[in-house]
Amino acid sequence: MADFQTPEIREYPLIPHIKPGAMAHSKPYLAKPDHQASVGFPGELVENWHDVAVAKLGELVSKSRALQVFLDICVKCGACTDKCHYYLGTEDPNNMPVARQDLLRGVYRRHFTFAGKYFPKLVGAIDFTEEVRDQWYSYFHQCSQCRRCSVFCPYGIDTAEISMAGREVLDAIGVGQKYCNEILGKVHKVGNNLGLPGPALIDTLEGLEEDVKEDTGVDVRFPVNQKGAEVLLITPSADFFAEPHIDGLIGYGKVFHQAGISWTVSSYASEAANFSMFIGSHDNLKRTAMRIREAALELGVKRIVVGECGHAWRVAYSFWNTLIGPFDFLDPKYPAPQHICELTYDLLKRGALKIDKEANDHRRITFHDSCNVARASRMGNMPGGQFIIPREILKTVANNFFDMAPETIHENTFCCGGGGGLLTDDLMELRVKGAMPRMQALKQVVDDNDVNTLVAICAICKTQFAKTLPYYKHSMNMITSLHHVVGDAIVLGGKD
Amino acid sequence: MSLSVIYALLFYAATLVLVIGVARKIAIYSKTPQPLKIPTTPAPLTTSGVVWRMAKEVAVFQSLFKSNKWIWLFGWLFHVALALVLMRHLRYVTEPVWFWVNWVQPFGKYAGFAMLAGLGGLWLRRIVVDRVRYISSPSDHLMLLLLMAIAVSGLAMKYVDHTDIVALKGFMLGLMYFDWQPLPGNPLLITHLSLVLLLMFIFPISKLLHAPGLFFSPTRNQTDNPREVRHVAGWSAK
Ligand code: SF4
Ligand code: SF4
Repeated sequence: MADFQTPEIREYPLIPHIKPGAMAHSKPYLAKPDHQASVGFPGELVENWHDVAVAKLGELVSKSRALQVFLDICVKCGACTDKCHYYLGTEDPNNMPVARQDLLRGVYRRHFTFAGKYFPKLVGAIDFTEEVRDQWYSYFHQCSQCRRCSVFCPYGIDTAEISMAGREVLDAIGVGQKYCNEILGKVHKVGNNLGLPGPALIDTLEGLEEDVKEDTGVDVRFPVNQKGAEVLLITPSADFFAEPHIDGLIGYGKVFHQAGISWTVSSYASEAANFSMFIGSHDNLKRTAMRIREAALELGVKRIVVGECGHAWRVAYSFWNTLIGPFDFLDPKYPAPQHICELTYDLLKRGALKIDKEANDHRRITFHDSCNVARASRMGNMPGGQFIIPREILKTVANNFFDMAPETIHENTFCCGGGGGLLTDDLMELRVKGAMPRMQALKQVVDDNDVNTLVAICAICKTQFAKTLPYYKHSMNMITSLHHVVGDAIVLGGKD
Repeated sequence: MSLSVIYALLFYAATLVLVIGVARKIAIYSKTPQPLKIPTTPAPLTTSGVVWRMAKEVAVFQSLFKSNKWIWLFGWLFHVALALVLMRHLRYVTEPVWFWVNWVQPFGKYAGFAMLAGLGGLWLRRIVVDRVRYISSPSDHLMLLLLMAIAVSGLAMKYVDHTDIVALKGFMLGLMYFDWQPLPGNPLLITHLSLVLLLMFIFPISKLLHAPGLFFSPTRNQTDNPREVRHVAGWSAK
């Protein structure tokens, strides 16, 4: 399929020996000047890039307690070295979380600490040379910002924060990544990552209504820009288009329909994803999120519900109140924002949805915890609700559920390999190799329990798995949306 | 200048560097804003929950235990032993000796060996495990060597070549009450004290800052309540 080897799945997981430089060639396409301009960065490498980068780094550290603390306190204990899926899949030591941090920490030390200024060799301080700049570009784009390392570090050092800062410094000197910055430009201009304009969105959803009517005989609505609707649904734009995402959207529609909740999407804010987080850009983060507040006010909704997307849920759950809150204009009876799984779970618990479990009997299901849901947010009213709620939903709507090995689920979950702004074809080798630890755990439940369905609640995970499953000899159709499984079990029509 | 005077002055200087250096760092950590909520979840929903999470991290190294049993074993052994040894050393600077310091005394004696064992284990890993070797700078090796040298010189005074403890205590108390007394010239003691002084000097500019820093780590010390309480700080407050 491509000029690299898909990692071999061994009988038991193994911590590999280091292969220095194994992935040094991996680099995503550079952003073009107009991509850069659309997100407010210089179009190409600035002349005095060294000084600009050092100044930017100092500024970022001075504004973030996380960076300030993380850059000082790593003791190089090595506890994180075998926790990153990219290290396990590529064996490149710079993909060990602490080594990735050190690419930035070394430069920080050189310019901002006593020891690094006067004894650089002793403490591993490095100059920001062209070579180091290339390493930054390469290895900060080999981190999916999944935060697995931060679970296992004795001080909670989060390499995601480091790679976000690294990418922001690179953006500031004109070395941006095409995939993220081009997509962000589209959100700013059109309102979603796909660049799908309003009329096309309305068309697509009308078509979807017809398809569902044909399938089920029921008029399930998929409204756009409906003023006065109770719920504004903010979902990743992939849900409007591609398999297996769209099956999830159909599921949301059926849930709303059966529960009698009026809802709408907005053509102005037709995107849950916010790639600004991946590049660490606060301005873009806020600007992208603000569309959603504006749309909610404009449409006069009472609730905002977020569809299946990992990093979007992190931004919504953890950052929205900070960035675009307070949500005092919404109905205080519901959490703001609310995850679609929280909504469905409540309805199921109340018996508000009629379920035919047998409709899913052909499925033998396992669930992939998406990083940003698992380690950077929550659902429900207790810690860990983000693990319980999706599983409870699945067990309520289907008979055959099997969890993967405990060290690979919940907060220990392995990234799909495509998160953090790496879901681009120019990083295919990295994505396939980074998927290895998840594929290893998956293989076990396939072998032991005949699992044939991998359920996820993240648009990035779904796309990544659809692409990488075949490399590991599984069918790409194995991956589907949680609300696809829900939708298939919902009995439409009157309640008894 | 006599040896006693030099060491007296060095002790004052080292204490100042340690206290001011660490206080300065703590001031920087506390005044740097954390603009967004980034606790590593599942995280406690309340402040008392956070205190409990932190207490477990500090007392039993909970995350490290989950992460790697060998590093946990060596690291925890070293830190607990170090705590005991430090408590035992209080007898050299208190008069009368606090009652509980006497309770620690019998454990403190063996803790020196446990400390050395923990440090040795950590250093062995640093050399033998290729991943840890890769991420180690010279300073990471030297830090372990420094701590081991402190432990060895201390143990040697206990078990090989006794030093005049009464005179040493006189010197230490003299420092504290600005009534300088002579320092015994035992070479082992001088070595031990010199290494400790060095450690005090480099504490605020080294990774030893993990001790105060841990308490400021936002991924561990934030409550998970962003929907309930609007969090703003730094740029996000503007
Ligand atoms: S686990 Fe934490 S302290 Fe240990 S090496 Fe990794 S980042 Fe540093
Ligand atoms: S955040 Fe995830 S991808 Fe990045 S270094 Fe940590 S474990 Fe690896």
